[in-house]
Amino acid sequence: MIDRDASALGTARAARAMRRNDVRARSHAAYWAFMTHRLSGVALAVFLPIHFFVLAQALAHPGTLDAFLDWTRRPAVKLAETLLVLALAAHLGGGVRLLLVEFAGWRAERQKTAIALTAAAAVAIALLFALAA
Amino acid sequence: MSDTGAWVADTNNRGRSTAARAAAWRFVLQRASAAVLAVCVVIHLATMIYAARHGLSSEAVVARMHVTPAWPAFYALFVVAAAIHAPLGIRTVVDEWLGLRGRVVDAALGFFALLLLGGGLYAVRALAG
Repeated sequence: MIDRDASALGTARAARAMRRNDVRARSHAAYWAFMTHRLSGVALAVFLPIHFFVLAQALAHPGTLDAFLDWTRRPAVKLAETLLVLALAAHLGGGVRLLLVEFAGWRAERQKTAIALTAAAAVAIALLFALAA
Repeated sequence: MSDTGAWVADTNNRGRSTAARAAAWRFVLQRASAAVLAVCVVIHLATMIYAARHGLSSEAVVARMHVTPAWPAFYALFVVAAAIHAPLGIRTVVDEWLGLRGRVVDAALGFFALLLLGGGLYAVRALAG
């Protein structure tokens, strides 16, 4: 009985330690790089069919594309566009890093630098777009 | 009995090697399309920023597409690469996060690939035709 309690206590403690470890393992640049790559990829995959549909309007109804482009001049739409550009740039940078990891070799000491550079480049590109739009 | 066993083992190996071959093809296609997309996206980002600076209108977009046949060819390549890359990426996400896999999922993703391919090439034709 005492043994069982001790074991239960040990299990609870182990579970707490696991949870702590889980959080610690995830508060890491490589985890955020993974999550950014995945979420931006899903966002882009959802956006692509809509993008193609809107562009195809140029053929079906010539006025519709311009009406849509007028709509995109609203600040909220511009912000959404900028976030999409950020997603595209982040997915590009993250993808190039993954290709380098897989085909040029894993260099652990350079990963944090590579991730930081990718993030900086993605934000810079999104800001360039926001300023131009 | 041993013959049957060998046959079963052989069939199993064949099944496994087919699955392994399919996985290898998915890996190659995902990375090859990623490499093509890396170049395409850099050009697309630069074009988008340029277009946004110079006033975005359907007329301007269509005019740019008629400057040289290289533009429609570039966007067609872009569409093909994206139509390969996006469904393979979504395949991994729905497998790992939703636990969805199998023939129905692959069929749905095949449909998604065709949707992107058809929709994308139609859009290129709409702007360049």
